[in-house]
Amino acid sequence: MKARLPPMIAIAAIAAAPLLLSDYYIILMNYIGLASLVALGLVLLTGVAGLTSFGQAAFVGLGAYATAVVTTRYGWSPWLGLAVGMTLTATAALFLGFITLRLSDQYLPLGTIAWGISIYFAFGNLVFLGEHSGIPGIPPLSLFGWTIDTGWRLYLVIWLVVLLALLAARNLLDSRIGRAIRTLNGHARMAESFGVDTGRLKIIVFVYSALLASLAGWLYAHFLRYVSPSPFGINAGIDYLFMAVIGGSGHIWGAVAGASILTLMREWLKDILPHLLGRNGNYEIIVFGLLVVLLLHRTSSGLMPFLVRMLPGGRLLRPVAAAPLPQRPRLARGETLLAIDRVSKSFGAIGAVRELSFELKAGGIVGLIGPNGAGKSTVFNLATGLLPVTAGSIMFRGQRIERLGSREIAELGIARTFQHPNLLADRSALENAAIGAHLRGEAGLIAASLRLERAEEARLRDEAARQLERVGLGANLHDAAGSLPLGSQRILEIARALCADPLLLLLDEPAAGLRHLEKQALAALLRDLRDDGVSILLVEHDMNFLMGLADRVLVMEFGRLIADGPPHAVQSDPAVLEAYLGVAA
Amino acid sequence: MNLDIALWLSQDAITNGAVYALLAIALVLVYTVTRIIFVPQGEFISFAALSLASLQAGQVPGTVYLLIAGGILVVAADSVGLPRAVALQRLPGRLIRQMALPLAAGGIAWWSASRPDDLWLQIVATLAIVTPLGPMVYRLAFQPIAHASVLVLLIVAVAVHYVLTGMGLVFFGGEGLRSNPYSSLSFNVGVLNVTAQSLLIVFASVTLMAALWFVFERTLYGKALNATAINRTGAQLIGVSPSFSGQLSFALAAFIAAISGLLIAPTTTVYYDTGFLISLKGFVGATVGGMASYPLAVVGSLLVGFLEAGSSFWWSAFKDSLVFTLIVPVLLWRSLATPHSEGDERQ
Repeated sequence: MKARLPPMIAIAAIAAAPLLLSDYYIILMNYIGLASLVALGLVLLTGVAGLTSFGQAAFVGLGAYATAVVTTRYGWSPWLGLAVGMTLTATAALFLGFITLRLSDQYLPLGTIAWGISIYFAFGNLVFLGEHSGIPGIPPLSLFGWTIDTGWRLYLVIWLVVLLALLAARNLLDSRIGRAIRTLNGHARMAESFGVDTGRLKIIVFVYSALLASLAGWLYAHFLRYVSPSPFGINAGIDYLFMAVIGGSGHIWGAVAGASILTLMREWLKDILPHLLGRNGNYEIIVFGLLVVLLLHRTSSGLMPFLVRMLPGGRLLRPVAAAPLPQRPRLARGETLLAIDRVSKSFGAIGAVRELSFELKAGGIVGLIGPNGAGKSTVFNLATGLLPVTAGSIMFRGQRIERLGSREIAELGIARTFQHPNLLADRSALENAAIGAHLRGEAGLIAASLRLERAEEARLRDEAARQLERVGLGANLHDAAGSLPLGSQRILEIARALCADPLLLLLDEPAAGLRHLEKQALAALLRDLRDDGVSILLVEHDMNFLMGLADRVLVMEFGRLIADGPPHAVQSDPAVLEAYLGVAA
Repeated sequence: MNLDIALWLSQDAITNGAVYALLAIALVLVYTVTRIIFVPQGEFISFAALSLASLQAGQVPGTVYLLIAGGILVVAADSVGLPRAVALQRLPGRLIRQMALPLAAGGIAWWSASRPDDLWLQIVATLAIVTPLGPMVYRLAFQPIAHASVLVLLIVAVAVHYVLTGMGLVFFGGEGLRSNPYSSLSFNVGVLNVTAQSLLIVFASVTLMAALWFVFERTLYGKALNATAINRTGAQLIGVSPSFSGQLSFALAAFIAAISGLLIAPTTTVYYDTGFLISLKGFVGATVGGMASYPLAVVGSLLVGFLEAGSSFWWSAFKDSLVFTLIVPVLLWRSLATPHSEGDERQ
């Protein structure tokens, strides 16, 4: 694939660098490598998952201090130092993640700023950690009797680690867990309704990024052979975030780009500015700050998207034919599937749904109609656990579900689409559809990073491709979801829901924005699904579309059910006519 | 610890807490209106305190030149992208509008520097220099990217903080300055020696809070800011320009920061980077209210004041560490009190 070329060139440049660069630049490159590791964690955390941390420098410090203490005070091996540092970091990150990530997204930056400042002062004041003068005399690493104590040996170790981390991150993002991580950035509700445990996943990504920082800290301690508090303060934490954002926080190579630009810019400004402006003043932070502001005015997504546009096209996610995933056993026609019993939902004083009761039998297509604001979408949100009910009960196949969360309901076999398409706009249709199959795979983060889940991944992708072909988007597998027309985006939502292998499919206005022929195709698809044993409840405004399709129509007004019956009977029901036309017929 | 010390520490706590509360209010104001976490607030505090001290030393502070340069840049930024003829035609009006205040502030500062004993003139000059810097910063750094994500706005805010800190060092040097006390009076209340200085701080903070309350509840501009904070698009539809709201909130925040700077200037030696740490403590206070509630921000700031006073007595090396660790139990409490993840959905 031609898209492999740019990373290859970058890797070749990294390998050739020790032959070409002076000792000074080798050391600078070592710093860049360490910073790249930390920034890579932030690319995953900030760029992909949409969470912000200012505390990464503190995790670097934790890794560095842990190994410094155990190697100098107790004479343990650096490898034990690594284990201790990683354990401490994981514990701290789990705790911080637990208390902040359940809250809305601005709390992680706040919590990590506080954490970063506290730990900096703790490093500087604990006698045990050498106070502000730090801990000297840290032994060098040694691998197979080969002592890593010169600049270029360290260079090899650091950049090998960086490349491995980049590879693992690339693998991770190109997997089931990676797709779920991408949904964390503003699509958590959608992800939950396909069974993604977003709260847990946020914590996992945060811990992953903290561990990368801690690893950098371990290397740092054995590279400099001395630790002191100053490189781990809040300013360093801000610098790492700068690197990720400047490099382009959505791209893993953005970490390397950002770390290089920031480190080199700092060094050069420190060299050049005193000659131009005199030595009296800290001019480089002024110029540096101005450059960052100007850069973000030009391109708020960082440099990497700009670089990528100049390079050959992106990687394709190619499905290969694989053994189909197992399907749920279909239900007998007529079995009671969903029973809604006197359900009410109030928002403050407004009753959106009032004492609503109806039952759905397996194997039918049922339409749910009503004027705007009648409470149709609220019914969907109640049945899928996105909103808690105020009163009443909802049963799915004889099991109470009104107190269950979206994830558990998804596991029982209910899948839905959203009234406003809720898609990852810049990812392909295939990736979007594959999110629907989240619960049908189980490979986790480590398996994905090491590519041990390729067989499962192939089956998931194959399923996604198959469902896209089924709904008629076979030609658009690799198109970005956001580039599709709105009607096709709704159809893509259906394909994603089908990937979950549902028994009950809830469709929120699937035909809106479709042309006549597309509506006919959609109707044919829904009939086909019904014949395949999938029950369908759909909210729709287009009566003509429903008339030829639904077996039964429910009509809601002001949160209540006002009619229930076959389409033609409902169409002439006086209460329905009054609701729609405002006059008694 | 006996009662005397407790009272003495409480006095300290309330005095400091009052300043943090002002800063927390400004942070909440700017965040709710513009979604910007106003990191450069600290520099406005330092600029105010150091400008006052410079004027008392008979010097025109460097911030005046920053103000004039900022005015020119704003005129330039407003003219960019316009056809040359239009830009030239509008230039005189713009120059008058944008440069009147900076030049007037410069004039007052120059006059004030020649009268080192006129305290009121120094205060007016300081406020006139620092307040207009707020809207200038908004216009130049944030207005062009007002719709960017909270993260990008935050990174730009940090970059602006760097620029202004660097300039603070250029203008005022690395040595700290301390201004003359406003009053050396003190009273004995029981065992407590209450200084007029700390009474002034508390009085000024409370007055300013009351004035802000009045602005928000009773004036059109205050209501416009409130409307923008609640719903940006809605406010825009009824005619509140987001650029105007942004500049106004930055002007208020700069004014509040300047007042805080004036209040602390005689109580401690202020360095070019002192403001940042002070403003971070206001930030911890604002976090208690989730960056959204003014009353809780005030409560949180007082809490910070008490914690700081207490820890400076028991464990002074860890004073700052403890203050920032306060955020942890606060977050834990908010986390346990919140049943559901509030992750905001992008539609």
